[in-house]
Amino acid sequence: MLIELPCPIPYVPFMNHDNYPNDYIRGILNGVKTIAMVGASQNPARPSWIVTKYLLERGYDVIPVNPGLAGTELLGKTVYASLKDVPVPIDMVEVFRNSEAAGPITDEALTLDPLPKVIWMQLSVRNDEAAARAEAKGLQVVMDRCPKIEFGRLSGEISWQGVNSRMISAKKPVLSGKGFQKLSLNRS
Amino acid sequence: MSDRLPGFNTLAIHAGAAPDAATGARATPIYQTTSFVFDDVDHAASLFGLQAFGNIYSRIGNPTCSVLEERVAALEGGTAALAVASGHAAEFLTFHTLLQPGDEFIAARKLYGGSINQFNHAYKNFGWNVVWADSDDPSSFEAAITPKTKAIFVESIANPGGVIVDLKAIAAIAKKHRIPFIVDNTMASPYLIRPFEHGADIIVHSATKFLGGHGNSVGGLIVDGGTFNFAGDDRYPMLSKPRPEYAGMVLGETFGNFGFAIACRVLGLRDLGPALSPFNAFLILNGIETLPLRMQRHSDNALTVAEHLQGHSKISWVSYPGLRADRYHNLAQEYCPKGAGAVFTFGLKGGYEAGVKLVSNLKLFSHLANIGDTRSLVIHPASTTHRQLTDEQKTQAGAGPEVVRLSIGLEDTQDLIDDLNQALDAA
Repeated sequence: MLIELPCPIPYVPFMNHDNYPNDYIRGILNGVKTIAMVGASQNPARPSWIVTKYLLERGYDVIPVNPGLAGTELLGKTVYASLKDVPVPIDMVEVFRNSEAAGPITDEALTLDPLPKVIWMQLSVRNDEAAARAEAKGLQVVMDRCPKIEFGRLSGEISWQGVNSRMISAKKPVLSGKGFQKLSLNRS
Repeated sequence: MSDRLPGFNTLAIHAGAAPDAATGARATPIYQTTSFVFDDVDHAASLFGLQAFGNIYSRIGNPTCSVLEERVAALEGGTAALAVASGHAAEFLTFHTLLQPGDEFIAARKLYGGSINQFNHAYKNFGWNVVWADSDDPSSFEAAITPKTKAIFVESIANPGGVIVDLKAIAAIAKKHRIPFIVDNTMASPYLIRPFEHGADIIVHSATKFLGGHGNSVGGLIVDGGTFNFAGDDRYPMLSKPRPEYAGMVLGETFGNFGFAIACRVLGLRDLGPALSPFNAFLILNGIETLPLRMQRHSDNALTVAEHLQGHSKISWVSYPGLRADRYHNLAQEYCPKGAGAVFTFGLKGGYEAGVKLVSNLKLFSHLANIGDTRSLVIHPASTTHRQLTDEQKTQAGAGPEVVRLSIGLEDTQDLIDDLNQALDAA
């Protein structure tokens, strides 16, 4: 017979950051609208510029953050020096900096009012301590993933490049309504 | 569908394919078109700048071909793949992405004769120098490494049949020296051997053989294992240096663990041009849906025929790793326990002349230079595929004068045995 023991620590649904369920990522990408891109670059050859452009084209309001570029325009958007300078509520903070820098950026994000819903650290960026601090405040966290790759994977767009999306479905991909070569995150 | 990775049979049918977004067509459509309309000018710029996923022109990518690419990437457990016009094109674009003039690569001596020719002769024009090693002796690969070595190349099951390569031993040497390990997995197919699980970094295929499986379409695949970190590695400038054609983009950095496949596409396929036709991609995809069934039957049939031949009075030896006494049987048990494939060789006591006679006498086996067909095939390598090699090279490649190669098809084995018996009697 099972006996329920009292749990000394309050239960917090921490995510397994080694293996995200597709529905977790899809839920985040479907649920956010305003994305602060910390570490945005004006160099079109840099991954952060490419991801910013891709997400803007998918209808996200991407706000570039980079103290070195503050006040300039990047892909038609004003660049801010820091998260706290952004004048609108932020749904998701995308960290395009190294793993160490992700710590203070996360802490700054956790001082915002209202709080962001999501901290997303770019592919190769992982800071488990920062993730735990964010999750303790109820935020969702994604680490070591690229939102462009994840959007492309879940929508089916990345399959056009022969990339293994690791997705199997007998449901149709759905055009996003903005042309033939953009798919939505949901299948029907 | 749960996030658990589906099994091999499911992937063989479904990976990469979905009902068509525009029409609902369930089978993968043949997108027989050269080009694709851009959504707008900005979209065109994004595609040409590699900033968006999508289709431009069928030399660079095509939606039928991309289903094939993802299908094979999934079956091999790789990060991405590139479909090209032939197995030779797959090898060519792989080496083009890795090698600069003056560089070297090490290849196993026992290879498909066409690959031996490509490496020995065609590559000389590019200043790519092959150094041969013995796949039965992994230490010979280590001994051949120099500062110019940029890749190691072997076949998992080697032509002209009957050789199983110790992939883990050679992979360990490649890893120790930080050299990409390329495995041609044509003869095994991912159903029998999955080389990424044994340390390969890149896999190439002639899809013409078991993937397509019906002898109707030439095609090739390059699969990126995502395991070799090219970013920041000066030895591989195609992946680690800013590309002038793409505004200074560093492909190995921007595309991470599928950067090699992207580089083969946007630097190799785009500029050199050996694109696969969508129609061939469609036929190869159709073949792959039954790959697990066919590969098992091929292997089972081959074992039955090999067991019969090893007792025949006109035959001096049979080289098939499925046979218990074979020198590669233990490696076969380790690497391909489900079966040792369809292709094997045997030696005729009557030598070269008997080989020529045998292929003429066979009535059900087709005499042609291919393997991996539903039909059973026969060839006498010394007078055909390996003809351009010297006698010494022929013997080293396992294609001496008395050698006959069979590719066992999916027919009833009794019919195959009867045909071999009558042809041997008359030879």
